[in-house]
Amino acid sequence: MAALMEARGLHRHFGGLRAVDGVDFRLEQGEIHALIGPNGAGKTTFVSLLSGRLPVQSGSITLAGEDITRLPAHARVKKGVAYTFQITSVYPRLSVFDNVALAAQSAGARDLAPAVAAALARVNLTGLDREMAGNLSYGHQRLLEVAMGLALQPRVLILDEPTQGLAAGEIEGFKALVRSLVPQTTVLLIEHNMDVVMDLATRITVLNFGQVLATGTPAEIRANPAVQEAYLGGHDD
Amino acid sequence: MKGETGKIWTLHLAVIAALFAAQFLLPQYHATNLARIMVLAVYAMGYNIAFGYTGLLSLGHALFFAAGMYAMGLPIWQLEWLPVPALILGLVAGGVMAGAVGLLALRTAGVSFMIVTLMFAQAGYLTLLYLNTWTGGDEGFVVERAYRMIGGVDLAADTPRYLAALGLFSAGMLGCLWLVRSPFGRVMVAMRENEERSRMLGFNPFRVKLIALVISGLYAGVAGAAYGLLFGYVGATFATIQYSILPMLYVLMGGAGTVLGPFLGALAMFYLIDIASGFTDAWLFVVGAALVALILFAPKGILGTLRERGLKWLP
Ligand SMILES: Nc1ncnc2c1ncn2[C@@H]1O[C@H](COP(=O)(O)OP(=O)(O)OP(=O)(O)O)[C@@H](O)[C@H]1O
Ligand SMILES: [Mg+2]
Repeated sequence: MAALMEARGLHRHFGGLRAVDGVDFRLEQGEIHALIGPNGAGKTTFVSLLSGRLPVQSGSITLAGEDITRLPAHARVKKGVAYTFQITSVYPRLSVFDNVALAAQSAGARDLAPAVAAALARVNLTGLDREMAGNLSYGHQRLLEVAMGLALQPRVLILDEPTQGLAAGEIEGFKALVRSLVPQTTVLLIEHNMDVVMDLATRITVLNFGQVLATGTPAEIRANPAVQEAYLGGHDD
Repeated sequence: MKGETGKIWTLHLAVIAALFAAQFLLPQYHATNLARIMVLAVYAMGYNIAFGYTGLLSLGHALFFAAGMYAMGLPIWQLEWLPVPALILGLVAGGVMAGAVGLLALRTAGVSFMIVTLMFAQAGYLTLLYLNTWTGGDEGFVVERAYRMIGGVDLAADTPRYLAALGLFSAGMLGCLWLVRSPFGRVMVAMRENEERSRMLGFNPFRVKLIALVISGLYAGVAGAAYGLLFGYVGATFATIQYSILPMLYVLMGGAGTVLGPFLGALAMFYLIDIASGFTDAWLFVVGAALVALILFAPKGILGTLRERGLKWLP
């Protein structure tokens, strides 16, 4: 399989804190790749380097073979790398429609109304387009954030803890949604909910203290003693 | 949505119709005031595009207003240009000046942006004074009546002047309405609301803000040019900080980020100053008190408050 996105030797330190410390990473075309690790492991920092929100200190990033290490974030979005924020970052004072329309028009949609309706339908927010985004429940704001990512029609969709704050019923729908995205879209999923990870991921990368602890299939990760030690807490269920 | 579009156009066209009718109903003194207010409102609309919609708090817009005014006036005064090309040059000068300032100032944000734009405007003002043999310096110069004729129509006469001001105002307002309801208008607002988020949707903040500032400068430039042409005087006072603050006050009073707010604000502020200065020399105090009251009781301005209280559809 060809790597759609590849990172080599990525570093990002904050003062003495090594948030990302020499990470090599391959994202294969069409996979659902989960990124897990304890709080503060550097997951958000790592994907911020991929998306361009943060500049890398050393290392390189390629997208479909092209070096994008120095490309500003907005240019990476145009090339198909979309990031949905861990801390919900919709425009609270704009309507749901406008929130999604911004993403759709960025992706070059001519006719915004159907593009917005389609994205909202995929996350089950149909009918809420006239609401102020800030008036939505937290869970709905998470889904709106995802809808904005979808409306960008990305090649790589980076989801940073998308199920946080979703009700159990919503999580099932969300899993079906992510499955329906591949293989056209490649998904990089940061997730604390292990059921979701084990259910969805084709491959998993475990980060710990800014470094890659292990990469493999869900079964391999489950069986990996180092991962159990550091993260899964020794009990495999 | 369809119904709202109808309502929006009806409202704005009704305002234009009302202003057309006003010239027949008002005594001449007030009609002339209204002509002034309409031109100043165009300036404020431009300010609103930068500040109200895109979130660029500039303290240097007098530079763009004066650029338009002098780019209109100097060619007429020194080179005997005709008014129409002079007006067009004024429009362009405002946009070019805003683009030049933006290229440098937009590398900063927030307070730094305010300071940098203020410094540019002060530099422009001092340049006007310094080059006084060319610009008329402090005293400025009069645009002779003979040069204020367009196709046999005398813009110094009351009715043509009113109609010219109304024409410019209408074009400016409808242009602004179209802009803020366009996809680009949505991106301007997105930049104001959250620049980081907008960047992560693929929009280049520098580019968006630069375009908005240039459009704003075009409005300021054409307003400055029209003001000089219609009222026959070009002077360095129009390049002072006071003329950077005025459109901000208009916009704050009328409602930042509303299409009609700049006009309402200009109207209210103009008459507030007019009435206050009839009673007292301390009219600046009255203006200050009005602003404090506004910020305390209606921080969103007249239309911003109305929009919050139910007229949600107001653009
Ligand atoms: N801008 C910053 N300045 C300083 N330190 C930072 C910054 N951003 C993150 N950090 C630190 O870097 C480390 C990694 O943070 P990061 O947010 O990447 O972790 P994470 O794996 O996403 O954690 P979580 O699961 O809690 O979201 C943390 O110790 C965090 O405090
Ligand atoms: Mg995180």
